[in-house]
Amino acid sequence: MMTDTTSAPRSFQEIILRLQNYWADKGCAVLQPYDMEVGAGTFHPATTLRSLGTAPWAAAYVQPSRRPTDGRYGENPNRLQHYYQYQVLIKPSPPDLQDLYLGSLQAIGIDMNLHDIRFVEDDWESPTLGAWGLGWEVWCDGMEVSQFTYFQQVGGHDCRPVSGELTYGLERLAMYVLGIEHVMDMPFNDPDAPIPLTYGDVFRQTEEEYARWNFDVADTDMLLRHFEEAEQECLAILSQPAIDPKTGKRIIMAHPAYDQCIKASHIFNLLDARGVISVTERQAYIGRVRALAKQCADAFVQTPAGGWSE
Amino acid sequence: MPDLLIELFSEEIPARMQTRAAEDLKRKITDGLVEAGLTYAAAQAFSTPRRLALAVEGLPAQSPTVREERKGPRVDAPEKAIEGFLRGAGLTRDQLEERDTTKGRVFFAKIEKPGRPAAEIVAEVLEATIRSFPWPKAMRWGSGSLRWVRPLHSILCILTDETGAQVVPMEIEGIRAGNETRGHRFMAPAPITVSSFEDYVAKLRQARVILSAEERADQIWNEATHLAFASGLEVVEDRGLLAEVAGLVEWPVPLMGEIGEEFLDLPGEVLQTSMKEHQKFFSVRNPATGRIERFVTVANRETADHGAAILAGNRRVLAARLADAKFFWENDLRVAKTDILQWVRSLDEVTFHNRLGSQGDRIRRIRALAAELAGPVGADADRAQEAAELAKADLSSEMVYEFPELQGTMGRYYIAAAGRDAAVAAAAEEHYSPQGPSDAVPTAPVSVAVALADKLDMLTGFWAIDEKPTGSKDPFALRRAALGVIRLVLENDLRLPLRRFIDAQLMRHKQHLHDEAEEEEREAMVDIVAEIARHGFFGAAFETVMARLRGKRVSGDSEESILRGLERRVPGLSDNLLSFIHDRLKVFLRDQGIRHDIIDACLSMPGNDDLALLVKRARALQEVMGTEDGENLLQGFRRANNILTQAEERDGVEYSFGADLKLAETDSEKALFAALEEANAKIARALQAEDFPAAMAAMAALRGPIDAFFEDVQVNTDNPVIRRNRLNLLHDIRQTCLAVADLTRIEG
Repeated sequence: MMTDTTSAPRSFQEIILRLQNYWADKGCAVLQPYDMEVGAGTFHPATTLRSLGTAPWAAAYVQPSRRPTDGRYGENPNRLQHYYQYQVLIKPSPPDLQDLYLGSLQAIGIDMNLHDIRFVEDDWESPTLGAWGLGWEVWCDGMEVSQFTYFQQVGGHDCRPVSGELTYGLERLAMYVLGIEHVMDMPFNDPDAPIPLTYGDVFRQTEEEYARWNFDVADTDMLLRHFEEAEQECLAILSQPAIDPKTGKRIIMAHPAYDQCIKASHIFNLLDARGVISVTERQAYIGRVRALAKQCADAFVQTPAGGWSE
Repeated sequence: MPDLLIELFSEEIPARMQTRAAEDLKRKITDGLVEAGLTYAAAQAFSTPRRLALAVEGLPAQSPTVREERKGPRVDAPEKAIEGFLRGAGLTRDQLEERDTTKGRVFFAKIEKPGRPAAEIVAEVLEATIRSFPWPKAMRWGSGSLRWVRPLHSILCILTDETGAQVVPMEIEGIRAGNETRGHRFMAPAPITVSSFEDYVAKLRQARVILSAEERADQIWNEATHLAFASGLEVVEDRGLLAEVAGLVEWPVPLMGEIGEEFLDLPGEVLQTSMKEHQKFFSVRNPATGRIERFVTVANRETADHGAAILAGNRRVLAARLADAKFFWENDLRVAKTDILQWVRSLDEVTFHNRLGSQGDRIRRIRALAAELAGPVGADADRAQEAAELAKADLSSEMVYEFPELQGTMGRYYIAAAGRDAAVAAAAEEHYSPQGPSDAVPTAPVSVAVALADKLDMLTGFWAIDEKPTGSKDPFALRRAALGVIRLVLENDLRLPLRRFIDAQLMRHKQHLHDEAEEEEREAMVDIVAEIARHGFFGAAFETVMARLRGKRVSGDSEESILRGLERRVPGLSDNLLSFIHDRLKVFLRDQGIRHDIIDACLSMPGNDDLALLVKRARALQEVMGTEDGENLLQGFRRANNILTQAEERDGVEYSFGADLKLAETDSEKALFAALEEANAKIARALQAEDFPAAMAAMAALRGPIDAFFEDVQVNTDNPVIRRNRLNLLHDIRQTCLAVADLTRIEG
């Protein structure tokens, strides 16, 4: 579908499409969402793992993200346990990244001549990924519309070169651009389409269902077991020798191991929402996930995509 | 005399770092220039969100030539030594001079270091400065290895004299210094060429950048107050916010907006905090009602619609934020009105410190201590307990979870909503005070009791687990807590034997720490806490309880028992904490101009845990020391004390038997007896009334009789009985004079 960037967008999906077109136009590989439950777009291996090593990289994608504790049964105008992030990662960070970013705001219909865009200090840190970076939250008329980060460390590894990461909270940004007060009222597709759908038509029921499951029903014993299993599998994968005995090739399984790390991280979030993790245990769980992330990072830099060569 | 202009242009610098960074730039560059021989007339540093700038006036065009003479080895020294000297001086043999010295004929080298052009020095100093800049947190970007607070884009570095401006040739990591900068990111992004500092400031202004942070702050404040004034309102002053906002904009445009009607009934503190923390808005108040009704936001640009879209956007964001706040407020009020104690109960689940227990444990200890303190501070004991129990209830509220800085303030609202006494509600807010040396000290008795109990519980707790502050490390702000105790006591003129409360609270912590104790031991600990109130301190209370236990089958008597452990540990901890508080008091009094020797003289008096008495004594002593009375007191005391001390040291005894008037031989001796008797009566009366000046005046009056006595009699006579009596008399004088302070510690 072609989009006309000179007029105001009319729907949630049009904003996504415009971002996709914009970043495709700027040379990014437009990837698809990762097929696992994650808490944020950063967890996609296209960001976490690809920000490691020396190989250049440029990717953009939508990532459905889940934060069980934020569930409000679809009633809160801004809070959702399932939402979308738009993520851009470019390595090395180009010198004009701020301008590229501002261009993307223009592309989705924010008139730079009428609005007040600000870069306000906000250092990013992910204790579960063992990662941190410096940057800003970007404000449009006092509203936080994106996170802008220069990665300094991921999985305990210094990032060399440094990646520039942009994260857009799509619902919030779209509500702002479209002038919507309650997320469930936001047009998902074109309001003049033969079958117009709102965000609520698509997600109200699922928000309710997941909120109930996340908070009250999810089997915590099972989750605790799955956490342990994911952790064990991750470590088991990484303990395999580099040379595959069947093919004789050097195959370090960084990505399958990292999948288990993502899984453990999401299960931890579910356990947290169920309220079965005490304050002291919390730190211990986060530490365990971080240890997995670190070992996955160690493994990835031993692979060709991570910059390893014979 | 060229002027230097430097600008380091980067992506947005965090507002909180800008002022310091500008000062660091000035210091590092000017220090570097001076060290390389370039003095200067004046220097000024500036910061905006995207740039640090430095203007240095009146540099010499080059550094001065430096001539130096170096003494070398003797002419007959080994060849190697001479070669080494030549290498070091960078000269050849024929350039050396030979001179005769006391050590024989010696080589001398005359070295001349020619001056270097200013540009060369500036380039070196600037590069070194950039590479070693003390950012609190710096980063790398792209493929480079340079570190700066955010990506550094360009460097402007020019030297300007009558003939014009010259770019200082320098390059760092691919960034070549030039004479260009850029204006406002959105309003004037084109490059600007600059020829001098004046030109720079003027062109930036045309390009919608105000260089001076101070000017930006002034402009924000002036325009904001004008906007408010035009509507009959006033802006709530907030210097921290003003400075921060001035660091977020290059071209400030204040805009005033309304707060939705449905939010105006929220507490003013909630509106203010929410607007400030989330949105960096100033609050605008109606001076007639004191109610917060509007806000001022500061945009970074002008727009064709005069900020209409910006303001509308900001209002929407604010409405979403305040909807959250209102939701918290209403939920919290519901809890407060139905069962505020449920918040207190849930604090049992919140860890205060892994060894000192939960917030609930802490509240119970504070409550017990507040009840004991209530009497001495003039509060009703039941009220003080109620206040202590509720003082931290708001920590469980949703509002305080969202805005921790509203702790106490929300407590006041919620406790009042629960229908409790106003004094109890006020204590929730005031018991955290004083937080710093300039923070106001609560005066309401209930608040004072809880505030003191809160701070003493902190101090005794961390003493009990041996987590005292060391050096610059004071993670639990215990120095601040001790200063809080001091200010609460002094500014309310409270007469408290602190020792007793410290001992009791230490025991309460020990009870918690020894939860493995046996039933009898636990009961004994409770008894000791109760007995401390009667005996005044730990030791006697401990003995009483142990005597009571004697004969019973209690493990308390084995040397390893918990009780015996407490006997050994508690008095030491208590002494140590009291002397920590005394140390803070010394600092506090020194800042008020009281001499350290005077403080020491008063600290060594009994009852020094009564801080108000201690300070009263010290102030009186300081006062009298400058006067004739003081001089007389000191000289009289010293004369008597010196002779006595010598005799005591020689004889190895203390002459403390008391002098007998019957053995007095001379008139002056009898007169001294009489004077001492008269003085003692006056001093006793004065001390009874804590009238230290009167007591010291009576002591000072002894100087005449003392001087006459020494004129007239020989203390060390051959008659041992008379001698002993005279020494005993001097001893009585010493004791009399020491009743106010330990005068032996006074210097000068």
